[in-house]
Amino acid sequence: MISLIIDGKQVQVEEGKTVLEAAKSIGIDIPTLCHDPRLKPHGSCRICVVEIEGAKSGLTTSCTAPVSEGMNVSTESEKVVNARRDILDLMLANHPLDCMTCQQAGKCTLQDLCYKYDVKESSFKGDKKKFEIDDSNNFYYSDQEKCILCGKCVYVCSELQCTNAINFSERGFDTHIAAPFEEKLETSTCVSCGNCVSVCPVGALVPKSKEKFRYWETKPVRTTCSYCGVGCQMDLLVKYDKVVEVQPAMGPSNEGLLCVKGKFAFNFVNHPDRLKTPLLKKDGEFVEITWDEAYNVIAEKMNSTKENFGPDSIAGLTSARCTNEENYLMQKLMRAVIGTNNADHCARL
Amino acid sequence: MKSIAELEKIQRESLTKVNIRRIKQGKNTIGSEESFNTEDGVRSHVLVCAGTGCTSSKSLEILKKLEKEIEKYNLKDEIKIVKTGCFGFCEAGPIIVVYPEGTFYSHIKVEDVEKITEEHLLNGNIVKDLLFKGSIKEDEIVPINEVDFYKKQKRMALRNCGLINPEDVKEYIALDGYKALAKALSEMTPEEVIEEVKNSGLRGRGGGGFPTGLKWGFTANAVDDEKYVACNADEGDPGAFMDRSILEGDPHSLIEAMAIAGYAVGAELGYVYVRAEYPIAVERLQIAIDQAREIELLGKNIFGTDFNFDMEIRLGAGAFVCGEETALINSIEGKRGMPRPRPPFPANKGIFNKPTLLNNVETYANVPEIILKGAEWFANIGTERSKGTKVFALGGKINNTGLLEVPMGTTLRDVIYEVGGGIPKNKDFKAVQTGGPSGGCIPSDYLDTAIDYDNLIELGSMMGSGGMIVMDEDNCMVDIARFFLDFTVEESCGKCTPCREGTKRMLELLDKITSGEGEMEDIDKLESLANTIKSSSLCGLGQTAPNPVLSTLKYFRHEYEAHVKEKTCPAGNCQDLLTYFITDGCKGCTLCAKACPVNAISGKTKTQHIINTEICIKCGACMEKCPFDAIIKK
Amino acid sequence: MDKSYLSDENFKKLDKLIQSNKERKGALMPVLHEAQHIFGCLSLEVQQRISEKMKIPLSEIYGVVTFYSQFTLQPKGKYTIGVCLGTACYVRGSQAIIDKISEITGVEVGKTSKDGKFTLEATRCIGACGLAPVISINDEVYGKLTPDDIPGILEKY
Repeated sequence: MISLIIDGKQVQVEEGKTVLEAAKSIGIDIPTLCHDPRLKPHGSCRICVVEIEGAKSGLTTSCTAPVSEGMNVSTESEKVVNARRDILDLMLANHPLDCMTCQQAGKCTLQDLCYKYDVKESSFKGDKKKFEIDDSNNFYYSDQEKCILCGKCVYVCSELQCTNAINFSERGFDTHIAAPFEEKLETSTCVSCGNCVSVCPVGALVPKSKEKFRYWETKPVRTTCSYCGVGCQMDLLVKYDKVVEVQPAMGPSNEGLLCVKGKFAFNFVNHPDRLKTPLLKKDGEFVEITWDEAYNVIAEKMNSTKENFGPDSIAGLTSARCTNEENYLMQKLMRAVIGTNNADHCARL
Repeated sequence: MKSIAELEKIQRESLTKVNIRRIKQGKNTIGSEESFNTEDGVRSHVLVCAGTGCTSSKSLEILKKLEKEIEKYNLKDEIKIVKTGCFGFCEAGPIIVVYPEGTFYSHIKVEDVEKITEEHLLNGNIVKDLLFKGSIKEDEIVPINEVDFYKKQKRMALRNCGLINPEDVKEYIALDGYKALAKALSEMTPEEVIEEVKNSGLRGRGGGGFPTGLKWGFTANAVDDEKYVACNADEGDPGAFMDRSILEGDPHSLIEAMAIAGYAVGAELGYVYVRAEYPIAVERLQIAIDQAREIELLGKNIFGTDFNFDMEIRLGAGAFVCGEETALINSIEGKRGMPRPRPPFPANKGIFNKPTLLNNVETYANVPEIILKGAEWFANIGTERSKGTKVFALGGKINNTGLLEVPMGTTLRDVIYEVGGGIPKNKDFKAVQTGGPSGGCIPSDYLDTAIDYDNLIELGSMMGSGGMIVMDEDNCMVDIARFFLDFTVEESCGKCTPCREGTKRMLELLDKITSGEGEMEDIDKLESLANTIKSSSLCGLGQTAPNPVLSTLKYFRHEYEAHVKEKTCPAGNCQDLLTYFITDGCKGCTLCAKACPVNAISGKTKTQHIINTEICIKCGACMEKCPFDAIIKK
Repeated sequence: MDKSYLSDENFKKLDKLIQSNKERKGALMPVLHEAQHIFGCLSLEVQQRISEKMKIPLSEIYGVVTFYSQFTLQPKGKYTIGVCLGTACYVRGSQAIIDKISEITGVEVGKTSKDGKFTLEATRCIGACGLAPVISINDEVYGKLTPDDIPGILEKY
């Protein structure tokens, strides 16, 4: 274990941890923009700089600095705060100030940090980058004018999603995120998984939303994605009992990632055509019945079929949209209750 | 090569062939004190500089012509032509030196070759009017090493540049080449080699001046199944070209040093990362590598030991930031040259995540000398904390533009006035910029500062790779800062916010100031932003990018203030702030009026002309044309 | 645009080149250098083939190509004029040289003339500071220039 002091507090953490992690372990929140615990630290945004006593030169990014014995760290010293303010000032100088109408407002880390450090507007007036909004993708917008080049979208796409649809293009002040040859996203190799959208700390990548809402109006509801058996954890953002967006959660099987269906295909939840109760055909017409009634009908039919024609006259076919556990129970039902091996699954076909 | 005896045999055979170049050279240039046998029948060596500078002014044509002439007079058996690397004295190029006399011909044109052949080589009379001016002292012709430019130098890293044919490994071997490698492999353990480098006090010549021996130790201590040594030859500082000169003039010294480093740290492969802008250097280094492979100084079981070593050249593709070590590593791996955060340091995780030793060309070039002559010998040269010599590329407003090598601790004044020959047209020295875009400007008050790593940093500049740009009274310091910022903005990799966004804003502020739009608060803004970029950027490029601004603000703040408050450029450089005037020196020759593209000049023949400043576009055409220097700008 | 550089012959050369670099670690940069030499540029078609054969994502290759200033996506003019903007050349007036070349050829810095003859580039120091200001046209270097020398030089091409 390594002992160090952060903002006057003694901390003990395992060797190899970063200053950022050590601070977090005692509830000290160092702001970050490019950091993602799933990615190797790139140290590009520089907002997490801290002052380390005796450091040879300047400030150190806490996301990249490993702890060392006896380290004395200040996370909000005057020097640190001034640097963060300047960095925010520089970001704002190259960022549209349209928070009023920006979809990301309320969830924007840049906005939050500018509020925290009292950066009202940029003190620099000069060139700004100019890009058209790319709305070619069916599920999200890409507005490179809002991009602060934290690089998370690129690294998530290449290191976690392994799609490699986008990368940094050009260099220096002209650096921007693009698909090869500045191709529109729709015609690129993008699979619309939306993981870049989920990690974007600003409004550069936002979902195409059917609803107008503010994030503070929503409440997250943790659930398991119903599209397949992987069991991805996600938060449905719900406004007035209506799902307006999906955010991936850090589940053991998905580690904060989702696929295109989990991320964007949630409108069925509130769709008028969605079946919410069992239907039974009576006199040629479907009529709504209760779940108890439905179970009774199923049980009766199964029992009579088994009695009249034997257990092998019944087969169970399950769906990839069920969880592993549900699939297990289905075959158990077939084998133990019905007494047949006729159990199959759509994914096997 | 299977044994050291083989090397010694080659040396004995080749030494007689280069000995002639030592005869009048004096002791301090080549090799040991052996008898000056000359090669059978050859009475003269004619050295022609084929460095990039001289090549650009047609030295290869001169070489060809010379070969033809020699043929014509049937002198082939008596006179040997040697194509060398850079002599360092680029201002005097193209250069031809004739041994054994050491005659120094400068500014040679193809047409001059006949005369030199006929009069000097055939008849033995030195062609006085083609001599370098400085080689005639009190009516006596002195050899090249007595010329002021070379006299004060101590050439260690450049020891063979301009002396040997870089495309002939035997010439290198003749001058003790590969002896240090032989010594390291046969007499020293890897630990002893590292100890020797540590004790020498050698520090990195490429930028920060990190102790080289420590670096070697870190890489040696890293545990992994594979390690690399690498050479940073991505010399990108505008105006610096010492690495190129070593590669062009003495490539084997790098190969030998990297092999020694490989032995010391436990690596079998060396990468040399060279700027693609250096085609001649790349070509010569490749020839040298091929030759070393041929005589098995690279390859398996070098000198019959179990040490294997080989090398590969990798080319840059036009990105200054790749001179930063982690960006260079990414580039070798085939990635965008964006720096990585440190730690992990290259000594632990470098190329392909393997422990990597990375030094620059000049650093390596010193290593064979240290191994051969010992750490103590090296440590005796220089200052307390900066040992050895340093090569500087002297440029700008200086008479002797070129490369020079002096002991650490030499004063700026000596470099500029003694070796550099002072400032042209007797103008006043204003400042010297050291360290390229990472360095700063040092004003005249500090001319007597002894040059070493720590002194330069204290002055707000740095050693960098050794670029030294001299500025006179006509250089505007705000504009110089702007020039360097323009460079950094162009070369910023774009990864981290302070450098990507901040240098751009600094440049915009400087543009504003130099165009007369600046306000006093812009100067403060510039300074505070500079400090943030310095303290919070990811890599060395960003951290040092504000130095040109910070140092000029420190020493020449009044110039900034003049641009802002008085809307004038004291040096008369910033076009937007200048007005052209015709003084009473005007003879009314009308040349200026004819030259003016916008007809802003009026006046009668033989009377003083006037410039209409409303129309004038400040192009300066009139000033260039005026034969009486009667047009001034202020 | 003329696409004749995308000949089968050139692609065969490229395939061979990639094959010969198969065992080399981190071979992308050397391959890009050579490919640019073969095709004159690294256009979409060239990068796609490299991506396919080297099994490197196109996005990664495109990112690398656009990072380094020596790589070009479009074919360059027959003659590339490089004007050195290194410190020494700048101090000795290379901006005026650039302006003059622009004026005569009608080409802006970084662009190629309409007839495909000249590409004008501002370059970093080429290390011929003693000859400042210098320009290079393909492999030929001209030094100690004034704007007045430019028309004469360009006439040769």
